[in-house]
Amino acid sequence: MTIDINKIRHDFLILSEKIYGKSLVYFDNAATSQTPTQVTDVMLEYYNKYNSNIHRGVHYLSNKSTEGAENARIKVQKFINAEHSHEVIFTRGTTESVNLVANSFGECYISEGDEVLVSEMEHHSNIVPWQMLCQRKKAILKVLPFNDNGELMLEKLPELITDRTKILAVNHISNALGTTNPIKEIIDFAHSKNVPVLIDAAQSVQHKKIDVQALDADFLVFSGHKLYGPTGIGVLYGKEKYLNEMPPWQGGGEMIQEVTFEKTTYNELPFKFEAGTPNYIAEIGLGAAIDYVEAIGLDVIDAYEQELLDYATEKFQAIPNMKIYGTAKHKSSLISFLVEGIHFYDMGMLLDQMGIAVRTGTHCAEPVMTHFGIEGTVRASFAFYNTKEEIDVLIAGIEKVCKMFGAKTV
Amino acid sequence: MTIKEIQEEIIEEFVGFDDWMDKYAYLIELGTDLSGLESQYQTDQNLIKGCQSKVWFNAKLEDGVVKIEADSDAIIVKGIAALLIRVFNNQTPEAIMNADLHFIDEIGLKQHLSPTRSNGLVAMVKQIKMYGLAFNQKMNN
Ligand SMILES: Cc1ncc(COP(=O)(O)O)c(C=O)c1O
Repeated sequence: MTIDINKIRHDFLILSEKIYGKSLVYFDNAATSQTPTQVTDVMLEYYNKYNSNIHRGVHYLSNKSTEGAENARIKVQKFINAEHSHEVIFTRGTTESVNLVANSFGECYISEGDEVLVSEMEHHSNIVPWQMLCQRKKAILKVLPFNDNGELMLEKLPELITDRTKILAVNHISNALGTTNPIKEIIDFAHSKNVPVLIDAAQSVQHKKIDVQALDADFLVFSGHKLYGPTGIGVLYGKEKYLNEMPPWQGGGEMIQEVTFEKTTYNELPFKFEAGTPNYIAEIGLGAAIDYVEAIGLDVIDAYEQELLDYATEKFQAIPNMKIYGTAKHKSSLISFLVEGIHFYDMGMLLDQMGIAVRTGTHCAEPVMTHFGIEGTVRASFAFYNTKEEIDVLIAGIEKVCKMFGAKTV
Repeated sequence: MTIKEIQEEIIEEFVGFDDWMDKYAYLIELGTDLSGLESQYQTDQNLIKGCQSKVWFNAKLEDGVVKIEADSDAIIVKGIAALLIRVFNNQTPEAIMNADLHFIDEIGLKQHLSPTRSNGLVAMVKQIKMYGLAFNQKMNN
């Protein structure tokens, strides 16, 4: 099966928007992906027909909302092939999922002198919560470095993992470099040292089929808004054995069994970790987004996006003074780059004038920029609704910017 | 010239640009030509750190008028800074304090000075105004 690009582009209304009178070229998919009408329609339908607080009502609407939200949990479970649906915890997003684990797992398992291992190419949301935990517990944060191609130096793992290492947190795909990390290999090695692993899949669930059981991942986190779903919803997958032992992180309604002023007993999984009224309409939207990508097929999506990446990479390399950051052998469909002599913000601003949306700056991964001794990059990230024609527009845009600068500098 | 007159002059210049490319090419030219700040002044103290680009900014009071210098690592930001300098440099603290900055809007660069842009320019304008206020107080003491 191949992608029926015209049909798909009709599903995303925003793609036919005009920006400063020009056709939008949206290449900021790694930050937030666009949402198809199949998702927005379902959410609208729930708002207009079934909206009601879940898990507590006796009435029809509440049951409908509850059913929608719990079906969404099962969709997520199947999507990542979790063994149980109660291993799927809904959160606000990747960031909140990591914070939940850092706080709750950290409370349970980490004490003074213990070590937490992250990689040098993590998003800040997979660094800062661990750093805060380490400060609280007087534990030590260690870092697995990457080489100049942007590939993790796995040969360093044996010396970095010690008998004090309590958890390893690493991304599947780097949002700043595009590197696809060999997480199965990493998990296997960590497990051979009895170290559990958290996978930040924020940049990978939308590109690659994930099977948490085959990977044997202990925790896996991602966001709805990068998976063609709504904002404000994310997932924490955790193995039952950990989630059962971990204490609740936030207290409130829903997460309790019995409350007296002397003592509260907690609800069972997954509700123990879902205090308060959840973003159930977004949960339902996320379920619809999963249905949408599964109907196209992640393998079909991945193959097409790889084609876009190869096409773009070749064209990029032909541009004089172009430097691509992140040249790993296994990469996902994004290109982080700088043209010598042109500041990333200037490049981004001028591309914006042409209706081309890219991301500029550190991409919330300052250590990656530090590694290369730069302040930031321009990042173009492609989704399955993008086309080679749009990449041509980007290339022409970059060349135009180079010309504008060429005439003025040197 | 007064701050108002300089702004009118800039607006006049920009009317001549037919499309965005000419406008930005001009900003690039202004940015390239602005001598900027010598590295000794590119200190952390003078740095306004937006997360997208850096602006260094220095102001002093000399013979009753404010002398302003600025620099940026992004050329277009530096070009816009050059326009701000043209408007505010050699003006009295009082004039700066009371200035109504409208040219940015009229030459279609408003987006770059909106508070949601983290390029340092918004903070730069704020700083210039603050200096106007502070120098004005100093002169009246
Ligand atoms: C690899 C990675 N991790 C974590 C995040 C944070 O995701 P969110 O802001 O949705 O919590 C992002 C998003 O930018 C990301 O790319």
